[in-house]
Amino acid sequence: METLVCIKRVPDTGARIVLTDDRSAVDATGIGYTISPHEECAVEAAIALADDHGGTSTALTLGAPEAEEQLRTAVAMGVDRATLLETHGEWGPIATAGAIAAAVRERGDPPDLLLFGNESADAGHHQVPIRVAAVLDLPAVTGVKGLDVEGERLVATRDAPGGEEVFEVDLPAVLSVKEGLNTPRYPSMRSRMQARRTEIDRSEPEAGEEPDVETVELEVPEREESPAEVLGEDASAASDVVRVFRELEVI
Amino acid sequence: MVLALVEVGEGAVEEVSLETLTLARSVAEAEGEPLEAVAFADGASELVDELGGFGVSALHVVDHDLLDSYAPDAWAESLRELIDDRSPAAVLAPGTDRGMEVLVRLAARLGLPMAASCTAVEVGDVYEVRRQRWGGSLIEHATLDAPTALLSVAPHEVAAEPAPVEETTVERFTPELDEGDVEVRVVRRKESDAEGVPLPEARVVVGGGRGVGGAEGFDQLEELAELLGGTVGASRAAVNEGWRPHDDQIGQTGAKISPELYVAAGISGAVQHWVGCKGADHVLAINTDPEAAIVRKADWAVLADLHEVVPAIVEELRAERGG
Ligand SMILES: Cc1cc2nc3c(=O)[nH]c(=O)nc-3n(C[C@H](O)[C@H](O)[C@H](O)COP(=O)(O)OP(=O)(O)OC[C@H]3O[C@@H](n4cnc5c(N)ncnc54)[C@H](O)[C@@H]3O)c2cc1C
Repeated sequence: METLVCIKRVPDTGARIVLTDDRSAVDATGIGYTISPHEECAVEAAIALADDHGGTSTALTLGAPEAEEQLRTAVAMGVDRATLLETHGEWGPIATAGAIAAAVRERGDPPDLLLFGNESADAGHHQVPIRVAAVLDLPAVTGVKGLDVEGERLVATRDAPGGEEVFEVDLPAVLSVKEGLNTPRYPSMRSRMQARRTEIDRSEPEAGEEPDVETVELEVPEREESPAEVLGEDASAASDVVRVFRELEVI
Repeated sequence: MVLALVEVGEGAVEEVSLETLTLARSVAEAEGEPLEAVAFADGASELVDELGGFGVSALHVVDHDLLDSYAPDAWAESLRELIDDRSPAAVLAPGTDRGMEVLVRLAARLGLPMAASCTAVEVGDVYEVRRQRWGGSLIEHATLDAPTALLSVAPHEVAAEPAPVEETTVERFTPELDEGDVEVRVVRRKESDAEGVPLPEARVVVGGGRGVGGAEGFDQLEELAELLGGTVGASRAAVNEGWRPHDDQIGQTGAKISPELYVAAGISGAVQHWVGCKGADHVLAINTDPEAAIVRKADWAVLADLHEVVPAIVEELRAERGG
């Protein structure tokens, strides 16, 4: 079972998002970077599939040279190989998907499974997995929260109003997954050290010419702040809390 | 014309589809074009009055033997053929799992860009869109330059506003589909066996975060939720600790809730959490830290240890019931 898991380096914003002076990007100085939560689950799935069915997993990222850090995290978690498609500046979903599909083609036959997060945490375009699948002419299932490989067939489930819907497709296929699929493992210190020595396969893709959505500027929506009415500072606040419940008619 | 994809639930048009129609109508008005809708369910024609109430002058009902279960490529191919036929200036779809994936497949088939999670559109030679990034904690102003503008609409950001038209025609549309278009399809459904009201529908939600301190700590929150006829939710930190299942998670990568009351206990209120609960009418925060972000956003706060406050509230409610 060969899997390729595509991840993205995104700012790890905690409680506040701060923009760069030109308002073109999130200022990550002082907060650092991470892998999107959905993609952490994709990495976990790639590792678990190799454990259960044999074969190897590869993590791929398209991004700045520093995105190497996220590839090494994936390796520390247990992915076997890492590929960096090195770019400068933010690429749109069409160019990103084109470069990923071209890199897959260059390797020969597609892997059994191409895994993605449902959408990147930062840009949220929701497009790269499906566009890669379209270029490679592979079936794609999105929003997946449960997956099972049975021979050459993949059974994938996702949430739907009132329950779940189940898809079945033949491999090779493209899957985009959501947080909740599994619990990503934490890499140990030892595996982090080992991951530092892993050779990373690097190349610089060429951006296609197709026009894409173009960012003009970013804006942090005004925080809806309403200084809270403090009901108390100990358990005696309970009676005021109950008064509020009564006012709201929830009791 | 401007075309909107609508999703039909149990005998009604889904709320997010009505929101989509509202944004699509503003695009149609700016283009000086009529608004038309496309739906994939047999029963859709029965909803023609409802759709007419939202400005739809023609409803295209897609009809094909291969469409008995949901198949995203078949939906996209049907839309592509309809677009070929009707040349809309713009196509809008709700920002649901289905709406989103069908629109991206359509974009790929047409070789066009697409703007996801839009909240507003300014029509011109080039479309100027406002779209959500970071699950809604960041807004992007962007341009979309394409012969057909493809836009998905962020759920619950555009208020659905009726604007009736005099007449809505219903037209059957039969696309040319083959087996390849249904390679990906829903083969079966599993009904949820979870008890209680699902988070997105709950009238009261009691959320717990890292401050709850452990899985057992949630017992108190369960008790409180039960007394309020509500449902328990959690922050990502509590889910990551393994105290609650991911289905309980509220936020960017979890559920979006819109209860009348949200009680956030031991939750800091990070932006990624807040985007999931900002739809609540009222928020009560229980937190030891007066500086926590949630305290600045809540309507009421109790600045104390939740392990003392929550049992006290439960006791008070019990006493009231008994008395
Ligand atoms: C891309 C991305 C997506 C994310 N998606 C989500 C998401 O969907 N949902 C989500 O929730 N988070 C999400 N996060 C994580 C988010 O940024 C925060 O890390 C998370 O919400 C913090 O959870 P918390 O408030 O429970 O924990 P903490 O930040 O640790 O806060 C705990 C709070 O509890 C208070 N407290 C501690 N002890 C007590 C006590 N005894 N009594 C009362 N109060 C107490 C503390 O004062 C503090 O305010 C995401 C992050 C990223 C990067």
